[in-house]
This record gives sequence, structure tokens and C-alpha cells, in this order.
Amino acid sequence: MKFGVLINEGPYQHQASDTAYKFIEAAIEEGHEIFRVFFYHDGVNNGTRLATPPQDDRHIPNRWTELAEKHEIDLVLCVAAAQRRGMVDEDEMKRNSKDANNIAGKFRISGLGQLIEAGIQADRMITFGD
Amino acid sequence: MLHTINKSPFEKDSLKTCLRYAEKGSSVLFIEDAVYACTKGTNFEKQITENQENISFYVLGPDLEARGLDNSNLTNNIEIIDYKGFVKLVAENEKTQNWL
Amino acid sequence: MEDQELESGIVKKFIYVNRKAPHGTIYAHEALEVVLIAAAFEQDVSLAFIDDGVYQLKKGQNTDGIATKNFTKTFGALEMYDVEKLYVEKESLEERGLSEDDLSVDVEVLASSELKKLFNESEVFFNF
Repeated sequence: MKFGVLINEGPYQHQASDTAYKFIEAAIEEGHEIFRVFFYHDGVNNGTRLATPPQDDRHIPNRWTELAEKHEIDLVLCVAAAQRRGMVDEDEMKRNSKDANNIAGKFRISGLGQLIEAGIQADRMITFGD
Repeated sequence: MLHTINKSPFEKDSLKTCLRYAEKGSSVLFIEDAVYACTKGTNFEKQITENQENISFYVLGPDLEARGLDNSNLTNNIEIIDYKGFVKLVAENEKTQNWL
Repeated sequence: MEDQELESGIVKKFIYVNRKAPHGTIYAHEALEVVLIAAAFEQDVSLAFIDDGVYQLKKGQNTDGIATKNFTKTFGALEMYDVEKLYVEKESLEERGLSEDDLSVDVEVLASSELKKLFNESEVFFNF
């Protein structure tokens, strides 16, 4: 079965991102397909490559990158939400004349249409948020 | 339909609202801070027991343990499931409403 | 717009369930942005306002004094996007001492027992 996942909260601030991660891990183990993980609201902060959590804690952005590498999962940050919060990839950096970018590996920035498409294409849509 | 709730009932009305919408035969899963809704002796216990004839209640075990709770603290007839059980519920139900 | 390349020809019944008050957090504002995009995808879009979500539609909101963008004006423009199905839960209005006259746009006020039927017919839920 194809699952679409929406994550609306930032890492560490809220359990939503951790619950979503555990859910996705279990879904893959059960043989389901993750059509897309869409990050919205402060959820876009999951995609920073500049996080340095204490060593004895989980590294949430890296954990997403590793999961995506292992299982070819599409991780999408909403462009409008990302721009507001200073999440910038190479293209956005050029387009908006910024001096840096900060997106972790395997994340991409795209439009809200990607969320709607997930709603259309996925068999199940589930939201983790506040 | 599957309904998930992630808020303590003491913080927000999500349980109350969810129960207005959960129909006979539906499932309600408590995750994150909503697991406190499942504990015995709270003001909310009755809302659950009154509906158990029509609705199946589940709680996410890892969230329960994280908060120092186990089966002995739970209102009767709430099934403890793990993340795979969560996935199974989402797959079994055609639709999921997440009451945030 | 790049998003429109994704058109698939499938039309699903989307329901946006809004349960949060408008200005204290950004959820309501960004939820409305999703609604506008969904409309551009020519999906069947309905909006439900429950609990504090009904405050999003309160008449006469003016955010000049709090320096935020008054996104609630956009509710008045939804018709232009062919988003015309706005439902407000009767119980939530009553609990808050509000009536349909207090709202800024045309809506259908439904008891939860009626709104439930709409939920049963919906295919994709986005809860904010």
C-alpha cells in the first residue's frame, strides 16, 4: 500500500517528527511503500544540515537522510514554508540572492502541489503535527 | 475510519471532538500526550467507557512506557499496540482523521 | 507554475478540517495556502471549521495593531478559486457564543451529526 505522510512540526520541539519516523520505519518493514514525506509549517526545519544535537541524542535530520538513502524515500520541504523559515537549497539560494544554503542530503524543496499530489496518489494519507 | 489523537485531554478538547465524529465501528488510537486520556481514574475515563460498545480504543505502547505507564494504569479494554500495529490500523481503515 | 505539471486527471474529495484559532499560531494561515493550491489542482475541496477553527471566520478582523498579515481576508476571495463549500460546526459556534451573523463569509452551519456525513463522503483529510 502507498502511504503519504505530512509532518507539521520541527525536530526536537515536538514529538511529531519522531512518531512519523517510527511509523514510516514500521510501514517499510511491513512491506508498504512511502509515496512521499511532505514537511510543512515548522516541519521544514527537519531538513537542515546545520543541526548539531548533543552526541548522546538522536540526530533527527541525519536520520531522515539515512532513511531516504536506504529506502529511496522522497523528502519534500514546502517552498513557501521553507522560505519563511530560512530553509534554502542551492536553487533557492541563487534565486533569492542568499549567501548560503542549508538543506540536508536527500531533502528537496518544492511546491505545495507535491502535498496535493500525495493526497491524490497515495492510498493512505497521515498527518503528524501539533 | 481510524481517528488518532495526540493531545492530553487536559490540554485540548481533541478527544471530546473526536468522539462527536467517531461512528460505530471506528477505531480511536491515542499517541504521544494523548496516552494520558487512557489512564484510570481521570475525568475522561467515562467518555471512553461509555463509547466502548461502538468504538475500539487503542494506545501506542512506546508512548505509554515513555510516560511511566503500563497496562495496570489503563482503563479497561484499551488495546496496547506498537508502531507496526499503528501501521496496520492505518492500512485496515480506508481513511484516517488525525485530531491534532 | 511547476505544480500544475502534476495533473493526473484524478479528482478526489479533499476535506480540510480547521480547528485552530487564526492569529496566535501560523497553522490557520498556512492551512489556507494549502486550500488555494488544492483548488488550482481542480480537486473537489471542502472546508470544515470546528472548535477554535470557527474564529478564523469571525467578521471584522483587523491585524494592523499586531503587525501580522491579515490572511483571513482571503476567505472572502475563496469563491474566485471555486472553493465554495465551507461548513461550520453548529456546536462549536454555540459554545463560543457566536452565530452565523458573526461570520465574514457565506457558510453552511451544520450540526456534527450532519458534518459527519460529509466526512464519510470525503476521501482525503487534512487536519490543521
